[in-house]
Amino acid sequence: MRGATGGRLAQHTFLVVICLAALYPLWFIVSTAIKSNAAYQLDPTGFPSHPTLGALRSIVTDQPLPRWMWNSFLVTVSSVAVSTLMALLAAYAVVFGRFRGHRIFLSTSVALMVVPPVTLLVPMFVFMVDSGMVNHLQSVIVFYTGLLVPFAVFFLTNFFRTVPQELVEAASVEGAGPFTVLRRVVMPLSGAATFTLVIVQSIWVWNELLIALVFLQDERSRTLMAGLAQFQGRYATNQPLVLAGALVAIAPIVLLYLAGQRFFVRGLTAGIGK
Amino acid sequence: MENATPGRVQELLEVGRQRLGAIAEGQTLTHEGIRRRRRRRRVLWPYLYVLPAVGAMAFAFGYPLVQVVRESFYVGSFASPIWVGLDNYRGVIDDPQFRTSLQNNVKLLLAVPVMIGLGLAIALVLNDRIRGARQYQAIVFLPYVLPATAIGIAFSFLLQQNGVLNTALREAHLDFFAHDWLGSSHLAIVSVGGLVVWQQLGLGVVVFTAALLALPPDTAEAARIDGAGWWSLQLRVLVPQIRPIIGLLAVIQVITVFSWVFTYVYVLTSGGPGYASSVMELYIWRSFSTGANGTAAAVAVMLLGMASVLIGVSLWARRRAVSA
Repeated sequence: MRGATGGRLAQHTFLVVICLAALYPLWFIVSTAIKSNAAYQLDPTGFPSHPTLGALRSIVTDQPLPRWMWNSFLVTVSSVAVSTLMALLAAYAVVFGRFRGHRIFLSTSVALMVVPPVTLLVPMFVFMVDSGMVNHLQSVIVFYTGLLVPFAVFFLTNFFRTVPQELVEAASVEGAGPFTVLRRVVMPLSGAATFTLVIVQSIWVWNELLIALVFLQDERSRTLMAGLAQFQGRYATNQPLVLAGALVAIAPIVLLYLAGQRFFVRGLTAGIGK
Repeated sequence: MENATPGRVQELLEVGRQRLGAIAEGQTLTHEGIRRRRRRRRVLWPYLYVLPAVGAMAFAFGYPLVQVVRESFYVGSFASPIWVGLDNYRGVIDDPQFRTSLQNNVKLLLAVPVMIGLGLAIALVLNDRIRGARQYQAIVFLPYVLPATAIGIAFSFLLQQNGVLNTALREAHLDFFAHDWLGSSHLAIVSVGGLVVWQQLGLGVVVFTAALLALPPDTAEAARIDGAGWWSLQLRVLVPQIRPIIGLLAVIQVITVFSWVFTYVYVLTSGGPGYASSVMELYIWRSFSTGANGTAAAVAVMLLGMASVLIGVSLWARRRAVSA
């Protein structure tokens, strides 16, 4: 379509329509969250001409939202940190240790990546009840950690394969032990890849609903998503309040995305394509 | 690990010295040298390094996968289960609510061609040296990273009987299109499908754009010189070259709509009205919430069976896409 301005215009129109459709629900959340309930009832789609922080203030002071956010934060940080460490060690062993069974280990990881967590739910819940962890954050932390490991192993293995083997060999011939090589040679080269992995895993944990809903049924122990799902039913007549909660849940991810979009794209499309 | 290191270094040095010696004498490695090298390969540390990961996976996947199969043959409480053989499975298959749930998963499959087709169209336009391609792509991909819970809540308000969408349609005198999107037993699952498309569309766009970008420019150039029009360039030259990637993404999206849609359904309709928009995951959750663990386990095993077939196909598609 060289030079055909009509074609260009059609292309831009198409993309703009798609982008508006992608952004409208976000605008709806933001604009509703800063309306008073009365203003929203009168005109749900209108521009927030009298913006108020009332709903946002109310979820922070009258509702356990800060607590839920803190829970989500703790759960995300600990499960992502532990699973990433485990995967760093395992992927390093797969690529540079070549132990017996490394192929089986790797293909098992790839297969487990797509196992739907709902199928694991019932036995895991029984286990958590038996071990007294239900309604404690540890229950979701240990489960999430295990669920995150297969993708992390797959992702880091793919990355480590691009690290020149000679570097590692040179270091070990000079007498460096495997852990030293991992820490001094491989890890410094893997900063961007590890960061990408951490981002992807973090948004998975932050966004997870089903397991949090089942394992954390106590008001104080909920994660943000499980709490929000509760909010929806409890404050059905105060939608600005509910959407203020939604805004708080979305905001950190949007900010991260704006800061480092390429990490999101690279991480979330890993394993599809080359 | 640490105390094994000096020994390993010693061994390495010895092998190195022997190799040097062998080269100096113009000989190949001695028989003993080869044996030593083999022994070096069978070092312990890699096993220690994978152990935590293997343990975590055994705990989060291995144990529950074995246990869920066992539980599917029992009824009753955790403390005193009663063996019932295949009764849970029979009960599930005879349950019209389960059949509705399964049918809804199948209906959601229709979202896959929509996502793939629309995603491909967007990627082709973005690939056409358009100004602002990066910005467009960033916006289209944004929904994919957002929490489905928060987005689903917003959609549930937008799609209510007297929600934003219907109000807008009525104001535009398009009353004919104003429906009870969430309360109608026919439309509720369609609305779920719409939400899935809205959130997952960006994945296809990004994957296809990357695949198109990786193509060698010469075939497209040759086609242009031969006078191929815009449409035939896209459909006859570019799309066929990324077909393996399209296939792989289609399989991944099929797995998604079959077994990863709980959040969308739970937040948007809770499976309602009644069971009209339930899916297998929600059926498992509902059975489990009412204490019917055996039933929940039986459906989990069935879902796992179906997912395994899809996972097998995905592994095959992945290999094809990577080798192509």
